Amino acid sequence: MATVEVPYQETVPLHHPKTWIGKYIFSQDHKIIAVQYGITAMAVGLVALILSEFMRIQIAFPGWELMNFFTADHYYQAITMHGMIMVIYLLTAFLLGAFGNFCVPLMCGARDMVFPFVNMLSYWVYLLSVIILMVSYFVPGGPTGAGWTLYPPQTITAGTPGFDWGIATMLISLAVFIVAFTMGGLNYITTILQARTRGLTLMRMPLTVWGIFIATFLGLIAFPALFVSAVMMLLDNFLGTSFFMPAIVSLGQPLDYSGGQPLLFQHLFWFFGHPEVYIVALPAFGVISDLISVHARKNIFGYRMMVWAIVAIGALSLIVWAHHMYVAGMHPSFGFFFATTTLIIAVPTALKVYNWILTLWRANIRITVPMLFALAFVLTFIVGGITGLFLGNVIIDIPLSDTYFVVAHFHMVMGVSPILAIFGGIYHWYPKLTGRMLNDTIGRTHFYFTFIGTYAIYFPMHYLGFIGVPRRYYETAIADFYPVAAHNLNKFITIAALIVGVSQILFIYNLVHSYFNGKKAPANPWGANSLEWCTPETPPRHGNWEDRLPTVHRWAYDFGVPGEEKDHIPQTVPRRKAS
Amino acid sequence: MRIAYIAILLFLVTLGSVVFNFTTPFHFDAIGSNWDLIDITVYITFVVCGVAFVALGLLMAWWVYKFQYQDGKFSEYEPENAKLESRLTIITTIGVVVMLAPGLVAWNDYIHPPSDAYELEVYSKQWNWMFRFPGADGIFGAAHNKYVKFDNPFGMKPEDPYGEDDILITSNTLKIPVDRPVKVLLRSQDVLHDFWVPAIRAKMDAVPGMVTYFWFEPIVERVYEVLCAELCGRNHFNMRGEMHVVSMDEYRTWLNDQVTWAEMQAGAVPLSPEATTGRDIANEKGCFACHSVDGRQLATGPTWLDIWGGTVELIDGTTRERDEAYIVKSILDPHAEIVLGYTPTMTAVELTEEELQSILDYMKVLKSEPAETTIEDEQGASDTSPAGESTAEPTEEPVTD
Repeated sequence: MATVEVPYQETVPLHHPKTWIGKYIFSQDHKIIAVQYGITAMAVGLVALILSEFMRIQIAFPGWELMNFFTADHYYQAITMHGMIMVIYLLTAFLLGAFGNFCVPLMCGARDMVFPFVNMLSYWVYLLSVIILMVSYFVPGGPTGAGWTLYPPQTITAGTPGFDWGIATMLISLAVFIVAFTMGGLNYITTILQARTRGLTLMRMPLTVWGIFIATFLGLIAFPALFVSAVMMLLDNFLGTSFFMPAIVSLGQPLDYSGGQPLLFQHLFWFFGHPEVYIVALPAFGVISDLISVHARKNIFGYRMMVWAIVAIGALSLIVWAHHMYVAGMHPSFGFFFATTTLIIAVPTALKVYNWILTLWRANIRITVPMLFALAFVLTFIVGGITGLFLGNVIIDIPLSDTYFVVAHFHMVMGVSPILAIFGGIYHWYPKLTGRMLNDTIGRTHFYFTFIGTYAIYFPMHYLGFIGVPRRYYETAIADFYPVAAHNLNKFITIAALIVGVSQILFIYNLVHSYFNGKKAPANPWGANSLEWCTPETPPRHGNWEDRLPTVHRWAYDFGVPGEEKDHIPQTVPRRKAS
Repeated sequence: MRIAYIAILLFLVTLGSVVFNFTTPFHFDAIGSNWDLIDITVYITFVVCGVAFVALGLLMAWWVYKFQYQDGKFSEYEPENAKLESRLTIITTIGVVVMLAPGLVAWNDYIHPPSDAYELEVYSKQWNWMFRFPGADGIFGAAHNKYVKFDNPFGMKPEDPYGEDDILITSNTLKIPVDRPVKVLLRSQDVLHDFWVPAIRAKMDAVPGMVTYFWFEPIVERVYEVLCAELCGRNHFNMRGEMHVVSMDEYRTWLNDQVTWAEMQAGAVPLSPEATTGRDIANEKGCFACHSVDGRQLATGPTWLDIWGGTVELIDGTTRERDEAYIVKSILDPHAEIVLGYTPTMTAVELTEEELQSILDYMKVLKSEPAETTIEDEQGASDTSPAGESTAEPTEEPVTD
């Protein structure tokens, strides 16, 4: 049996750092790297949040004198940077870089990632990619304004802001990010496959680890497509190749391209871009499953189904990409195939939602701050999921594509939902990470502002799409089809967005304040079962465990087991012989 | 027991969403085409998804309320329930099929234009719409971006006999007959665009280097605004057009007034060498992406026709002489003085002294009421159509037919 094997990492000596710099800056400790990833991602996410507030003000109050500095160029640069930062540099980096780093070794009962040095490099290369991205704002012409989808030919032609230097920094930054992701990703997969402690079979792993595991696989398959498209576009731009560029006349100027295919880029981009949605969603699914189970004091309903749903969603997500391209002009027969695969993916996804809700049935629900975020996640994700059924069904996508329906949909499903999962996860694991509890009142206040606020932003926004308000319009005021009521709704949405934005100060304050002044956290404040709550110290030291790695005897969801004394049984507690 | 505010909130959010859905004025506006099947599929999807949303939202609210924490209580231990899980799978699958089936049927219609549909080409460029009809022979002449020049705006292949009678419309306005299916062929001169009229429901991207298509049958006589639905650069939001759905008679009359490719070539009027140079420089610098030379008022920028002289109202409420100093400043520092009704989207143009002078020379000849004496004296050029580009302007109607 595998359970009697000595875990790999128990035989490997661990070198503790001797200097402060080795411990906290160039650290190889997965927990420190997780914090570094988390802080960097949040900082750059804050930039993207501020950009989005400028965009919202422009949309609601076009022509306002204070906004005169915010030209169409700035607007298009802001939408591009906002989108790219949020999707790649915040969500992917946070869910995999921060949660992945923190959770994988602890939940697998490992001392660290199997390649700690590569893991450290992963963070520093990620930081480099963020810096290159931010440099865009200081190059001639500013960052690219091509939209985060970067569709050629406009990306590299003169009608688009940042078509020369801005796009170069963007593409180089993406390529560097992918290098960082690959180093991190190989670590997560190898650690999960090789460094699980004794007794931790794959089907005993917490769902957080499952989500991160499959998401990382997807990333390693999908990101290379983005990498090659970035390289090819750089070649088109600077060496005059024609991978994506047909013969065109740009603003009166015939360009020296011929024979390239803009649709090729779109296929490559979405071959990455759709799995990317699940690279973000699957870890969030995992985190939410664990939060709901722990705080509802009940086993996650249908664990095996949940695991297979993650695997099925991951596999299907590789063959649905062209549903982003229904109006792109690809061969029309593709519509049948991609609409069908897209709606099939709804089945395992819906089952996950059912199982989260069924976990609440006859549970013993503690309404903690992480639980609040988890419940809000489920409702938000339901809205985002069912609006996906509209857009995935090819014929409905025809009138709704490129409208605010799409904007609202993807913000619900892969903006707000994963952010709520990130918040929930932070409130959940902060005590283990720092040894302090976060302030509960501030946490609840932050929750209500965030949940009600984001819902007020994005739920009504769907309906703007039905009346035909197109996305990516710097100014819609002069369109005659646009009723006055829609302008008022836009003002309402902007005010909600400003409130949500400002309320994030509460969260940052809470993180900083509680780090110094928070209540001391017990080792297992939530009464959870998974291994990270069984560490000898809180916060865990470098190496996580004492001489011997923990032994796992059961799954992570033994809550409310009949006939037991306590309502939860940690994974390290042996099973009784009789049963 | 603490009051579970979150349960109340989940309940109110679910209920509020339903109320909003039924009270909001924001739904599809009246359909203007044959695509009822799209609206029906949307309706079915609304019902299926709405039921699921309400059921799940209310269940969650109710259970969070009902199963709140009590000390010492144990939750029910039931790791799996295969029967329930397979039932839910089946129900979900049925729901998906109910939505997908009409969608695929409609898509099959969407990609197969009826055999009696006539063809219309939309040729898009930053940031204007142009239209082409195949003319008397019913066949489009070959066209390619590589042939595009100022006086060949569609990139018509020279010497192609099928092209001579093609009807070319360089203004942003299109008229089409009601109750006749039309297959819209889309081409692009530069970047991706997307010809979109919300009330028609149908749309498709125009992709440079290939021809894409969609079809529809307009059923209401009305004027529609045409939008660009695919981000196409800094003036994307200003890329507008008009589509008039009119009676067959009105359409025929209008079409007869348009020029053919042969007429456009014949009607091209030579400019003075200085003005020609100026026009070509302006073209290369991309000026005509935003400024017309025939008096059409584009959303992107003021027309150049009659730009020389007179006064102009600025965005700050002042009025200014349109003298040479003003025009030079507007070219070199375009955000300094914005004309009322326009957004500052122009980027400064880098020009040499000579280039600037050539463009100014060209602008001077752009007059709607030709000052015959000066122009004839100086250049001997003909009065009409100084741009050499024939349009629907009555005064510029060419001689043939």
